[in-house]
Amino acid sequence: MTATAVPERVTARPPAPARGPRGRATLYWIAKHAVAIALAIMFLGPLVFIGLTAVMSDQQALTSQLWPTTWNWDNFSDIFEKAPLLTWIRNTLMYSLLATAFMLLSSIPVAYALARFRFRGRKLAFLLVITMMMLPPQVVAVPVYLVWARFHLTGTLWPLIIPMLLGDAFSIFLLRQFLVTIPREYSDAARVDGCGEFRTLIRVILPMARPAIAAVALFQFFYCWNDYYGPLLYAGTDLDNWTLSLGLAAFRSVHRVQWNLTMAATVLAMAPVIVVFFFAQKVFIEGVKLTGVK
Amino acid sequence: MAAITLGNRLRPLAYLSPWLIGFAVFFVYPLISTVYFSFQRYDLFTLEPVGLLNYEYFLKDEAAWTSIRNTLWLVVVMVPLRVVFGLGVAQLITRLKAGAGIFRTIFYLPSLVPLVAGTLGFVYLLNPSTGPVQAMLGAVGVQSPDWFGDPAYSKWGLTLLALWSVGDLMVIFMAALLDVPKQLYEAAALDGATGWRQFVHITLPVIRPVLMFAAVTGVIQTLQYFTQAMVAARVASGATDSAGSVFTPGYPDQSTLTFPEWLFQQGFRDFAMGYACVLALILFAVSMVFTLILLRQFRGFAEEES
Repeated sequence: MTATAVPERVTARPPAPARGPRGRATLYWIAKHAVAIALAIMFLGPLVFIGLTAVMSDQQALTSQLWPTTWNWDNFSDIFEKAPLLTWIRNTLMYSLLATAFMLLSSIPVAYALARFRFRGRKLAFLLVITMMMLPPQVVAVPVYLVWARFHLTGTLWPLIIPMLLGDAFSIFLLRQFLVTIPREYSDAARVDGCGEFRTLIRVILPMARPAIAAVALFQFFYCWNDYYGPLLYAGTDLDNWTLSLGLAAFRSVHRVQWNLTMAATVLAMAPVIVVFFFAQKVFIEGVKLTGVK
Repeated sequence: MAAITLGNRLRPLAYLSPWLIGFAVFFVYPLISTVYFSFQRYDLFTLEPVGLLNYEYFLKDEAAWTSIRNTLWLVVVMVPLRVVFGLGVAQLITRLKAGAGIFRTIFYLPSLVPLVAGTLGFVYLLNPSTGPVQAMLGAVGVQSPDWFGDPAYSKWGLTLLALWSVGDLMVIFMAALLDVPKQLYEAAALDGATGWRQFVHITLPVIRPVLMFAAVTGVIQTLQYFTQAMVAARVASGATDSAGSVFTPGYPDQSTLTFPEWLFQQGFRDFAMGYACVLALILFAVSMVFTLILLRQFRGFAEEES
């Protein structure tokens, strides 16, 4: 997918008449790229306008002007006074980091067993993983909620973090899809060298599976960072337990603030995702490919 | 020797144990429990068996049926549009000679934007009083609809949001398009088939499994559609939902009320937990049907070895 050089220097001489095959190819080339540029504007437009509104003054946010007349960068510090954003960021980070660490700890061995070990019921186990992955979280919500209520953990984010110690179906699925593509010869060779099953996993398989592990870790981290349903169900009404998503959704109405500050908070929630994406684009793209059928 | 074979037999069990416990605690137990609660009236304080009352109530619950119609609308309109648009964008990028990498980055980026943030952004961008979209349309004399405030347009507003974040589908389709054997196109070109006819007779048949897969997983995801509808309704209505919980999802006029939202509302805002379990079982049954289709149609998905 590397960008190649422009095949024809259309600017060097006037385009040939549209009739000829060469002229038609040129027109086609222009049309394709024009559509791509138009789409790019549509995909980027919302992000640009969110950013522009985030630095508008309070007065200007009430108008329909598109370009900021003054650039109010202190909007980004003002939002921290309007709402307990720091607390929300801290909670969100705790949720995302712990959930990701727990998920890796529990899901890697499961995925490895499903990809490598031969045992009765292996296929069934994998089908059940897929079934769990497809299960809407709302289906089992009532009894699960009641269990956490019995442990007095509703009103906290722990009901979202602790289950990650017991494996995450999507991550197991994705890791397994990658691990089956590693040729058996590698683990066989390790075994010949006297490595036990566990050491083979740690020393041989894990280093090779680094791209897939990076992908599930990033997906899990951002799933938690973006999660709204989970915190809405469990975090309760105490603002001190909220996450950024939860706070952001209520930001405008609860804090009676205008669009400019709401958009500033929106930029704040988006920023980490976008920054990480630019550094780890390949990890995301390869990870998404693993979720498809081959 | 016996110890070694026993060890070999127990090893898969040891590796699988986190998930086996998770499966029992977060799937088997709650599912059985949900069936049990569906025959009870339960509001966190009193538990009372009521037989089939919850099921009978469902048949008369107009909001539930509205939410089913809305969810069905999203399945029938949003899912196919996403697949078609995602395929179109993927096809375009694979044909670009200049800047394909940059365009792929740009088109993929919005799908990573947090759902809450993206939804907030769209409600703001499309609001007809101060939104930039209206500002631009107004310049050419067009009045934009009140996307998230008019029941006739609110689901279309959500659909625009879903099309904006089509990037993940695009990546999957691009991988599939690049896997189509080049010889097929060359052979077709010799036979005089070009452009659109190549697309219909070669590209589509070859990538059909990938399209089907995207459609079925799209349906399953849409059955869970929650966050965007919830946030759009809340922000557009300007209602509060902190301690005083006066917010009811579905604004405007229940037009964005989805089935999972109604389940959530019944179970965790109105604490009709027994009734919520009836809704949960219906959601379970429908998503199981599509999961089974997925597993039957795509055996390659669970292939033993590659």
